[in-house]
Amino acid sequence: MELLRGALTVAWKDVRLELRSREVIASALVFGLIVVVVFNFGLNRAPGSLAPVAPGLLWVAYAFIGVLAMNRAFTRELEHGGLDGLLLAPISRDAVFLGKMLGSLAFMLVIEAILLPVFAVMLDLPTLSPALGLVILLATVGFATVGTFFAGIAVQTRSREILLPVLFFPVVVPVIIAAVEASALALQGGPMTAVWTRWAPLLLVFDALYLVICPWIFGFVFEG
Amino acid sequence: MAAIAGRPAGKASWQRGIRDARLWLLLITAVLILVDGYLIFMVAPTDAVLGHVQRIFYVHVPISILSFLGFLICAVAGIGYLIRRTERWDRVAHASAEVGVVFVTLALVTGIIWARPVWNAWWQWEPRLTTTLILWFIYVAYLMIRQYAPTPQQGRTWSAVVGIIGFVDVPIVYYSVQWWQSIHPKQVIGPAAAEGALEPIMAQILVFSLVATLALFTYLLLERVALRGIEDRLSHLRREGNTD
Repeated sequence: MELLRGALTVAWKDVRLELRSREVIASALVFGLIVVVVFNFGLNRAPGSLAPVAPGLLWVAYAFIGVLAMNRAFTRELEHGGLDGLLLAPISRDAVFLGKMLGSLAFMLVIEAILLPVFAVMLDLPTLSPALGLVILLATVGFATVGTFFAGIAVQTRSREILLPVLFFPVVVPVIIAAVEASALALQGGPMTAVWTRWAPLLLVFDALYLVICPWIFGFVFEG
Repeated sequence: MAAIAGRPAGKASWQRGIRDARLWLLLITAVLILVDGYLIFMVAPTDAVLGHVQRIFYVHVPISILSFLGFLICAVAGIGYLIRRTERWDRVAHASAEVGVVFVTLALVTGIIWARPVWNAWWQWEPRLTTTLILWFIYVAYLMIRQYAPTPQQGRTWSAVVGIIGFVDVPIVYYSVQWWQSIHPKQVIGPAAAEGALEPIMAQILVFSLVATLALFTYLLLERVALRGIEDRLSHLRREGNTD
C-alpha cells in the first residue's frame, strides 16, 4: 500500500506538471504525425495500398514516440535538481520507478489514443476494434516499463538522447513483433485465435517479467 | 607491464605465474589454430552439395558457440559484481562481453558469407539469426554504456544490470521471432540438412576447431582481464597522485 501511494504521488506529480506545461503530449503528437508523413513519402504507395504495412508503421511511430516521451519524463527532472528531490523523497526506489512508469504509461496511452484515429485516416486502416485497444495497452505497458528503466540510466549520462534508443529497442523487439502481428490480425478483422493464444500471452509474459525485474534492479541505477 | 611497483613479493610471483601461463596458452593457441587451418583446408573433404564454402562451417560453429559462452560468463560475472562489488568480478564481466562481441560479430560475418551462395540471400529473418543480431545490439549497448557513464563505478553497475536484462531477453526474442516466422512464408533453409550429413571426419575436425577456438577464447579472455587489472591500477594510481 505504501508502495502504491508513493508511486501514485510521483505519477500524479508528473501528470500535474504535464497538465500545466503540455510539453510532452503536444510535441509527441506533432512528432507522431511527422513520422507518418515521412513514411508516406518513403513508401510512395498508391492510395489505399498502405494497408499491409500500416500495422508496422503504426508501431514504429508509437515506439519512436515512446522513446521521446520517456526521455522527456526524466530529462525534465534534471532541471532545478528535481532528480535529487525525487531520490531523497521518503519512498522506496520501487515506488519512484512505478511512479515514473505509470506517468509515462499515461502519457503514451493518451498520445496513442489521439493519434490512432488520425493514423486510421492517413494510413487507411480498415477497422478499429477492442482487441486492438487491448494489444496497444499491453504493448505500451511493456514499452513504459523497459523504457522508464533505461531512461533512468540514460538521463545520468552525457549522451542521453542516443543511449536510450540504443538500450531500449533491442530489448523491446519481442513487444514490437507481438504488437505488429496482433494489430495486423485485429485490423484485418479475420480470425483472432493467434492473438489470444500467442501474441497477447507473449505480451503478458514480457510485461510481467519486466514489471518484476525492473523495479527490483532500479535501485542499482541511482547509486554511486 | 614487466615491473609493477608497490606489490607484495608473494603476489608478484603469483602474477608472474599467471603471465607465464598466458604465454604458454598463446603458443598452444597459435599451434592449434595453424593445425586447424591445415585440417580445414587440406584434410576436410569438400562438401558434395555446398562445395568449398562449407569449410567456413568449421570456423563459424565454434565461434558462435563461444560467443554465447562469453555472454553467459558476462551475465554471471555481472551478478557476481552486484553481490560482491569487487572490481575483479567486473573485469571478468567486461572482458567476456568484449570477447563475446568480437566473436558474435565474426559469427554474423561468417554466417552471412556462407548464406549468400547457399541460401541465395545474405540474410534471413530466421529465429537464430535474428536473435544473434539482437544479442549483438544488446552487448554493443553494454560496451557503450561503460563509455558514457559519468564515473567508472556507475559504468560497472549499469553494465552489470544491462548484461542481466540482455540475457533474460534472449529467450523471449527467440520465441517471438520463431512465432513471427511461422506466420510468414518460410523459405527453404538448410543448416540442419548440412549438419545431418556430417561425415565422421568432418565431425572430428569440427571438434578440433572447437578446441582451438576455445583456446583462443580463453587466451583473449585472460589477456583482457589482466589488461583491465592494469588499467584499474593505473586509474587508482592517478587518483592517488591527484589527491596528494
